[in-house]
Amino acid sequence: MTTATEVSPASRTGMIKRGGVLAAVVVAAIALALLQSGSALVVWQSVVTGILTGGLYGLIAMGLTLIFGVLDIVNFAHGALLAVAMFLAFGVVQATGLHPYLALVVAVPALFLLGAAVHRGLLSGRGGGSLENQLLITLGLSLLLENGLLLFFGAEPRSVKLPGEIQIPLFGAVVAGSRLYAFLGAVLLGAVLYWLLRRTRLGTAIRAVAANGPGAELVGINVRRLHTLTFAIGTACAGAAAVLAAPLISITPTLGAQFNITAFVVVVLGGMGNVVGALVGGLLIGLVEQLTTIFLNGQSSLLGVFVVFVLVLFLRPQGLFGRRA
Amino acid sequence: MSTTIERPAPTPVKAPPLRPQHRQLAILAVLVLLAIPLPLLLPPALGAVAVRILIFLLMAVGWNIMSGFGGMFSFGHAAYFGLGAYTSVYLLVEHGISPWIGMVAGMVVAAAVAVVIGYFSFRYQLQGAYFALTTFAFAEALRLIATSSDFVNRAVGFQVPLIQGESLWQLQFAADSPAYFWVALVLAGLAVAVSIVFLHSRAGKYVTAIRDDELAAASLGTPVLRHKLLTVALSAAITAVAGAYYTQYYLFVNPDLAFGASVSIQAIVPVVIGGIGTVWGPVVGSVIMGSLSDVTATLLRTPPEFLGFLQGRSGLDVVLYAILLILIVRLLPKGIVGTLKERWRR
Repeated sequence: MTTATEVSPASRTGMIKRGGVLAAVVVAAIALALLQSGSALVVWQSVVTGILTGGLYGLIAMGLTLIFGVLDIVNFAHGALLAVAMFLAFGVVQATGLHPYLALVVAVPALFLLGAAVHRGLLSGRGGGSLENQLLITLGLSLLLENGLLLFFGAEPRSVKLPGEIQIPLFGAVVAGSRLYAFLGAVLLGAVLYWLLRRTRLGTAIRAVAANGPGAELVGINVRRLHTLTFAIGTACAGAAAVLAAPLISITPTLGAQFNITAFVVVVLGGMGNVVGALVGGLLIGLVEQLTTIFLNGQSSLLGVFVVFVLVLFLRPQGLFGRRA
Repeated sequence: MSTTIERPAPTPVKAPPLRPQHRQLAILAVLVLLAIPLPLLLPPALGAVAVRILIFLLMAVGWNIMSGFGGMFSFGHAAYFGLGAYTSVYLLVEHGISPWIGMVAGMVVAAAVAVVIGYFSFRYQLQGAYFALTTFAFAEALRLIATSSDFVNRAVGFQVPLIQGESLWQLQFAADSPAYFWVALVLAGLAVAVSIVFLHSRAGKYVTAIRDDELAAASLGTPVLRHKLLTVALSAAITAVAGAYYTQYYLFVNPDLAFGASVSIQAIVPVVIGGIGTVWGPVVGSVIMGSLSDVTATLLRTPPEFLGFLQGRSGLDVVLYAILLILIVRLLPKGIVGTLKERWRR
């Protein structure tokens, strides 16, 4: 699978065209929402909340898209790993009383190591080969992690409070500070990953392995080690996402499930392996969710997400910004 | 040069060897006969476990037809289980229609939905992970629709109304009646028989050929789309029976019990443990997983001294489930039956 960050001039014009169509659809949807609800303030608040929440989705999906794009693994355990990282962040904050964001120092390296161990122990080598087996192993892992958390922490929800949480006025809408920080964190992490993949030797090697594994092996890249490294980086992203998202949601052992679904939608939408696509896809899904609640009152906001998911799978399985493999 | 023609020595007449499908059907008949007296021998608590195992078995057989024989890895069999459950219970509660008719209606609805989903998936050539994710998305979408539709009582779901006395037509018996087991045994036995006949039928041969090499099969003139859709419909119909009977046995259904992701997983895991794409894999896997979940449940209710902290906590059964799943996939990628078959041949 080629990473979609490689862009030829021809496909660039295609991308710009698709971007234009997408922007038009988004504007039209917002205008319709305006007609539906009749209150500009409500719609604007939804749009701002949607975009900021979408940043969070992008953040969670980034690690997943990296693993999906490079290793071709549908990592069903991503949400469960996210939950593990959240409980880790919760534990660190409880035990030390540090600022919640400082839990990054613990969660990111811990998840990096956990990811490396999972890949080495479970997913590489014999028996971890076929697509179905990888799906089943990551599924088993997610069941194991979720129910392990349930066993030791119980089902009651916990929360991490941000000290000095403020409400920030943003162009007429009001958002919680932590939501804005999470969004900014997502953009920053996206930039870091983009830089890592595009400007460093490691990133070049990762892209080489993604594009052509045997060829990369021939020029002396240790493919197996690089796979482990990529899986670990993807998992570390989940660690970062968990710490940034922890103040925003109630932490339960099964919280990963809901994010898993959204994250897969975002990954498919943005094109596998496309980190920037994941961010854009995340923003779109955040908007879709908010607009669903305006259009379909009383329905779950995830319903709109599924409609978008199925449409994208059928019409552009390579993602909005990817090329057909 | 002798002029007498030597007559060949008369060969003793030997019965021709049984064809594989007849042998498998014979084994099935023996298994069913052996299982009939079980509910009379087992204590009532274990009788309930046996019924659970048979419901698992129905789901596993259904999933195996599509994903094992057909090679179309479904991650959303909860959709068909749930449609079977909801169709039958809706007809029963709202219109007083017998669960047997409801079960058949559920089979039809599930098969129709499966054909629609399958048609679009195959038309847009979704394969592997994308197909799995699509089936998953459809099951989740049905769960959300059920959760937010007044039509099916939202998150509350349905309760099967109790009747006076016992009735086979209403599919209700006394709580610990062996009849529940016998009905489930007949349904599960029929399902396994259908899967055996299907595998060895002309359609089944087409389907396994398509699974092994779709391009080659298509180039030899196999009607690919028709047989894929047939497989999907059959698989969904059998899974719907499991859903309908589940609801009738537990007298209760809601969106999570019917369409939840864990239902899809319960359809997959026994087959993986037993052996994907084999006739007996679902049977072996269901018996193992069903007994295992009972052992862990007992363990949680009355844990031994050193596991005292586990008392009353949920999650252990799934943890064991998960560990077993990972181990089997890692160590016996073909499952128990598949691995044994391979050893036997060598």
